[in-house]
Amino acid sequence: MDNQNVLLRMEGISKYFPGVKALDHAQLTVRAGTVHALMGENGAGKSTLMKCLFGIYSKDEGHIYLDGKEINFKTSREALDNGVAMVHQELNQALKRNVMDNIWLGRYPKIKGLPIVSEKQMYEDTMAVFKELDVNVDPKMIMGKMPVSQRQMVEIAKAVSFNSRIIVLDEPTSSLTETEVEHLFRIINMLRDRGCGIIYISHKMDEILRISDEVTIMRDGQYIATHAAKDLTKAEIIRLMVGREMTNQFPPKLKTASTEDILRVEGLTAMYSQLQDVSFSMKKGEILGVAGLDGSGRTELLENIFGAATRKSGRLYKDGKEIRNRTPKEAIANGFALVTEERRATGIFGILSIRENTVISSLKNYLSGLLLQEKKMIKSTDDMIQAMRIKTPSQKTQIRSLSGGNQQKVIFGRWILTSPDILLLDEPTRGIDVGAKYEIYQLIQDLAKSGKSVIMVSSEMPELLGVCTRILVMSGGRLAGEVDADNTSQEEIMTLAAKYV
Amino acid sequence: MSQTSAKAKQPVNITNWILDHAMILIILAMAIYVEIRRPQFFGVASLMNIVNLTAARLPMALGVAGCIILAGTDLSGGRVAGLTAFLSAILLQKAGVSNRFLEGGNPWFVPAVILVVMVVGGCVGTLNGFCMGKFKLHPFIVTLATQLITYGIYLTVSNSKQISSLDPSYTTNFVTRPLFRIGTTAVPVYVLLAIILTALMWVIWNKTTFGKNMFAVGSNEEAARVSGVNVLLTIMGVFIMAGALYGYTGFIEGARIGTSSPSLGLNYESDAISAVVIGGVSFVGGTGKISGVILGVFMMQLIMSSMTFLGISGNVTYIIKGAVILVACILDMRKYRQKK
Repeated sequence: MDNQNVLLRMEGISKYFPGVKALDHAQLTVRAGTVHALMGENGAGKSTLMKCLFGIYSKDEGHIYLDGKEINFKTSREALDNGVAMVHQELNQALKRNVMDNIWLGRYPKIKGLPIVSEKQMYEDTMAVFKELDVNVDPKMIMGKMPVSQRQMVEIAKAVSFNSRIIVLDEPTSSLTETEVEHLFRIINMLRDRGCGIIYISHKMDEILRISDEVTIMRDGQYIATHAAKDLTKAEIIRLMVGREMTNQFPPKLKTASTEDILRVEGLTAMYSQLQDVSFSMKKGEILGVAGLDGSGRTELLENIFGAATRKSGRLYKDGKEIRNRTPKEAIANGFALVTEERRATGIFGILSIRENTVISSLKNYLSGLLLQEKKMIKSTDDMIQAMRIKTPSQKTQIRSLSGGNQQKVIFGRWILTSPDILLLDEPTRGIDVGAKYEIYQLIQDLAKSGKSVIMVSSEMPELLGVCTRILVMSGGRLAGEVDADNTSQEEIMTLAAKYV
Repeated sequence: MSQTSAKAKQPVNITNWILDHAMILIILAMAIYVEIRRPQFFGVASLMNIVNLTAARLPMALGVAGCIILAGTDLSGGRVAGLTAFLSAILLQKAGVSNRFLEGGNPWFVPAVILVVMVVGGCVGTLNGFCMGKFKLHPFIVTLATQLITYGIYLTVSNSKQISSLDPSYTTNFVTRPLFRIGTTAVPVYVLLAIILTALMWVIWNKTTFGKNMFAVGSNEEAARVSGVNVLLTIMGVFIMAGALYGYTGFIEGARIGTSSPSLGLNYESDAISAVVIGGVSFVGGTGKISGVILGVFMMQLIMSSMTFLGISGNVTYIIKGAVILVACILDMRKYRQKK
C-alpha cells in the first residue's frame, strides 16, 4: 500500500484485559479522502481498537500517528479536540435533553464575556450543520421523542460539527431504513470528498462493498489483511474473517412433517402499538419467518401473541382450542416461549452464572417441597450445555463473559427447559458472529425436527430465506402478504414490506 | 429526512391532564376544604406565614433537587443544617451571657458566619460528590453515611447542649425585623435572600455550562462522558452546591427558631425530597424545573399549615407526608412507563 495521504496510522496496538488479550499487535492505516471499513466477527477487537484511538481505553502497547505526529489521547475530549470523532453503536445520548443541547454537550458556546450559554448561537450553529447535511430535524426537539433513525442522524451531525478529520461510524445503519441509508451514504461521500478519513464498522457486507474504498479485516484481536474493496468479494471477506471457507451459510431445511395446524391467529390488534388485524396460521414443526422494516410491527406481533403487550382485539387458537395469553406467565403455561430482540437488555442476567441463567424460567421443575434441588439444576444445565453445544469453562461462569452466540444458546436452553411447543424468536442472530450464526440456524432446524414450531422475526432477508419454509411480511402494522421461502425473491419481499408504509 | 415511524399520538384528554396535575389539584382541594372549615386560612397573615416557611425551606430543596436531577439523592441535608445551625448559634451568641459556649468571645460579623456555614456544608457535599463520582458508590449509601458522620460530629462538638441567647444581629435582623410590610404582616429579610438565591439557581441551572452538564449527566452519564464532559467535577459541583445550600438553611433555621438543639434539622431532607418530587423533579433523572421546586415547597408548606389549622396532631402529619411522597412518585412514573 502506498504511503500517500496517510491520515491515521495505528501500529502494533495491544490491549490486555484481565485474562484476555483483546488486541494483539493490531494495526490500521487510514488515508485522507477514503472510507475504510473495519471488519471482523464480534470479539475480533474492532470496537476495542477504536476505543483505544478515542481515549476510552488506554493502549498497553503500540503507537498511533495522526498526520505523522504521535498521539495518545487520554480522554474522549482530547480526541474530539484533535479532530477524531466517533458515532457509537449504542447511541449515547441524553434523551431528556433537546437536540442542540446534545450536539454541543461538552463545548457549549458562551455569550461573550459571561459564563452564560448562548442558546441563540447554539441554535444557529445547529441549523447550519443540519442544512449542510440536509438533515430535517428541529434543534429544540427533545431527543427521546424522536425515532432512533433521526437520533442516529443527529449523532452523525454531531461528529461532523467537530470538523473532525477522522470519523468512526460503528454500525451506523443498524436502525436505518433503505432511504435513510441512502441519505447516510450521501453524507459519507460528502465527507470523503472533503478529505476526511472515515472508519466504517459494519456487519453488512453489501454496504461495505458499496461504500468503502479499503477494507481491513481483524480476527481474534489480530490484524489479518487490508485490501482495496474492489478486489474483494463477500465470500473472500467471510473467509478472512472466520479463517475458513464458508460454503454453506445455512444448514439444510427440513420438510414440514405435519399437516395439522398448531396455532391460528385471528384479527390480532394491539392496544398501544400500530399492530392491526393480523391473521395467520402455522403447522406443527414449521419454521415461519416474519419479515418487514423496522417499526413495521414484527416485534409487536410476537409480543402480542406472548401476552407481553396489551391486546385490543383478536383471538388465538392452539390445537384448535381458544387460548388467551393475557400475560407472559399464561403464555408460558400454554407452551409458548419468547427469545427477545435485545439480548443484553431483556435476555441475559449478566452477572449471574450460566446455571442461574439456564434454569430461571423452569424453577418449579427443581422444587422439592419449598427448596430448590441443586443437583437437578446442575443436571438440566449440563443437558442444555450439551444439547446447545454451549462453549463455556463451567456452569458457574458469568454469562456476560461469553460471546454473543453462546449467550444466545444459553437463552435457547432456558426456554427449551420450559418444554414449549411454539418458540417465538425475535432477531435470534443479531450481533452474533458469522460462524456462530450457522450453529443457531442448526439449532432452529433441530427444534423443528423435534416437533416444535418456530416463529422467527429477522431483519436479514437471506437468513429468512435460508431458514424458514414460509415468510409473513409485515408493513405498517399490518400483514402485507405471505410468501413461500423457496419460491420468492428479496425483491418480492421488499415490495410487500413497502405496501403500507 | 422523512419521518419513519408513525407513532400513535397520545390523546390530550381530560383524564391525562388531571392525572398529570393530580398532586397539585389534591393539595389545592385540601386547602379549599381548610378554608371552608377555618375561614382565616386564606387570610394575608396565614398566607404570608406559608410564604415565609417556603422561603426558609426553599434553599435546601433547591440543593437536593440538583442531586435528584443527577438521578441520585441526598440524605445528608437535615443533619448538615443541624450542624450549621449550631455553628451559627455559637458564633453569634450574645457576648457576656453566662455559660457562653465560646467563653468570653464576641459575636462574629454575620456575612462571615454565612460564609463559614456554606463552606462547612460544601465540605460535606465534596465528600458526597467525590465518593459518588470517583468510587461509583450509590448516592443513597454515601449520603446515609455522611448524614451519620455529620450528626456524630455535631453531637460530639456540642456535647448535645442547647444554644440560645443569640445576638440580635442574627435573630432579629433576619427574622423579626421586617423588610417591608403587606398590610400588617411583616416580610422578613430571609425571604428576599431566598428570592435572590432562587434567581441565581435558575441562571445556574438553565444558562450555564455547568447546569446543562448537570442535566446531561442525569439523563445519560455515558453520553456526557464521551462528549467530553468532566463527569466527576459535575457531580461534585452539584453536591457541593447542595451542601452549601443546606448550610445556609441551617443558618436561617437557627435564626428562626432562636435556639440550636440536637433535634434541629431532623427530617428536613425528607421534607425537601418530598417537596421536590411534588414539584415534578423526577427520580428518573435529567428533568426538573426551578419553578417546580418552588411550587413543590409551597405545596408542602400548604399541607403542613393545613394540618395546623385543622388541629391535626404532628404524629398524623408523618403519615400524610409519607403518603404524599408515594402518590407523587406513582404519578410521576406514569409519565415514563411505556405502555405495551
